[in-house]
Amino acid sequence: MVNVGRADVPKVLSVAKLRKEYGGKAAVEGVSFEVGRGEIVGLLGPNGAGKTTTINMVLGVLQPTSGTIHIQDLDLAAQRSAALALTNFAAVYSPLPGNLTVYQNLRVFGLIYGVKPLGARITELLEQFDLVKYRDVKCGVLSSGEQTRVALAKAMLNRPHLLLLDEPTASLDPATARDIRARIREFAARDTGGVLWTSHNMYEVEEVCDRVLFLARGRVLLEGNPRTLPGEHGQASLEELFITVAREPLALERS
Amino acid sequence: MHPHRAAAVALRHYYLLRGSLARFLPLFAWVAIDMVLWGFMSRYLNTVTSREYNFVPVLLGAVLLWDFFIRVMQGVTMVFFEDVWSRNFLNMFASPLTISEYLGGLVLSSVATSTLGLLVMLVLASTVFGLSFAAYGALFVPFLLVLFLFGIALGIFGCALVLRLGPASEWFVWPIPALLSPFAGVFYPLSTLPTWMQAVSRLLPPSYVFEGMRTLAAGGSFQVSTLLWGAGLAVVEILLACAFFTRVHRQAVRSGLIARYSAESVS
Repeated sequence: MVNVGRADVPKVLSVAKLRKEYGGKAAVEGVSFEVGRGEIVGLLGPNGAGKTTTINMVLGVLQPTSGTIHIQDLDLAAQRSAALALTNFAAVYSPLPGNLTVYQNLRVFGLIYGVKPLGARITELLEQFDLVKYRDVKCGVLSSGEQTRVALAKAMLNRPHLLLLDEPTASLDPATARDIRARIREFAARDTGGVLWTSHNMYEVEEVCDRVLFLARGRVLLEGNPRTLPGEHGQASLEELFITVAREPLALERS
Repeated sequence: MHPHRAAAVALRHYYLLRGSLARFLPLFAWVAIDMVLWGFMSRYLNTVTSREYNFVPVLLGAVLLWDFFIRVMQGVTMVFFEDVWSRNFLNMFASPLTISEYLGGLVLSSVATSTLGLLVMLVLASTVFGLSFAAYGALFVPFLLVLFLFGIALGIFGCALVLRLGPASEWFVWPIPALLSPFAGVFYPLSTLPTWMQAVSRLLPPSYVFEGMRTLAAGGSFQVSTLLWGAGLAVVEILLACAFFTRVHRQAVRSGLIARYSAESVS
């Protein structure tokens, strides 16, 4: 396992005092965290906790009410395009256009992310994600697992310094999900990027993440190693801890 | 601005056109039908009216120019609508693509698709109905340029409108050319219009084009400076449309609409 929250590891993402308010009501409130190079950080929490809001702010598609986001050393608010060129993402709710083939999608997004040499990178990703036989198949007719692999191939096109994954294994069968987890771990270990990952599957979070952040009601309640954190809070498992966070966030806040 | 990003937007549309007859055919099919319909109409009117007056350059020429303008505008909006229909906003706007690169890509696509429509119209109008572009002289190209610029401006405005109001509002965009045509004086001199409509016409670059086209077809002389005014107006309108799109996008990022676009509203 890699550098759990070590201060000497270069940071690929630094979020400070992030706040998003809708009509006077805070959806995210004072969230601060970092993701280091080679680190996989899990962003956990019940539905409506503010995970996707946080990810959308990091992706630059939602403007924070206050707070700062730095990707590497780039301030997202001031250098949006340069910062997003170092980032990429895959999310279940944002599939690639189904009316383009796998190759066409990778080519279009490869150009957008300025990948060079693009042809070679696409070939490499098609092989890495076992997509060679689907190269000229429209994404819309692929199975969920195949579409997820295409989305991940797109997300890794530019060898991102920061990879955001919003429930990448949702709706996948266990075998495919395990395969996807292995590829993401491989990415974090081999390339120079860090990963911010959201999931509701505590088993996979424990297996994959170096560090987790528990969000509830828009705030970070807990942070730590997913394998030791439950014991530190008197819970038998990460799932038990998750349920406690979801049901009794105030009790944990006090502790 | 990175041209390869704008090229990526255009390339996406090329892939869609290449793989879909339903997208490719309308680029020239409807304008070709318009040429045939108005070509025969012009011929017929030539047989029942004074022999000195030729309807072909006035009527068929006007339809050709107006259809070109519509193709340019729709060339821009169609590429944007593809992102709406395939729910691709998050992929596009959470990337390093800037607004100017995105809009550049829409314009690039429109140049290609509207040129195809124009070529088909030119071939049909000249070979089948004998439309001679000599009637417009050297001003024919500037006429096209002014219409192109205004088509781009309206296309970008239409995209901003749909971004602001949601996917269903595309039905506000399709009829815009029909709404403007009475003011643009496509088929009649602007003097035909009541004063308030003429005031609106003066804000529309196509009205300068169609006035000029009729004057030249009737053998009169047309002040180039008038057309320059129309071109200047079109450029200003492009800048305004870009500013409007940027403002709407900024508002959508502030409110979270980009991330939840299919909901049509975040309120």
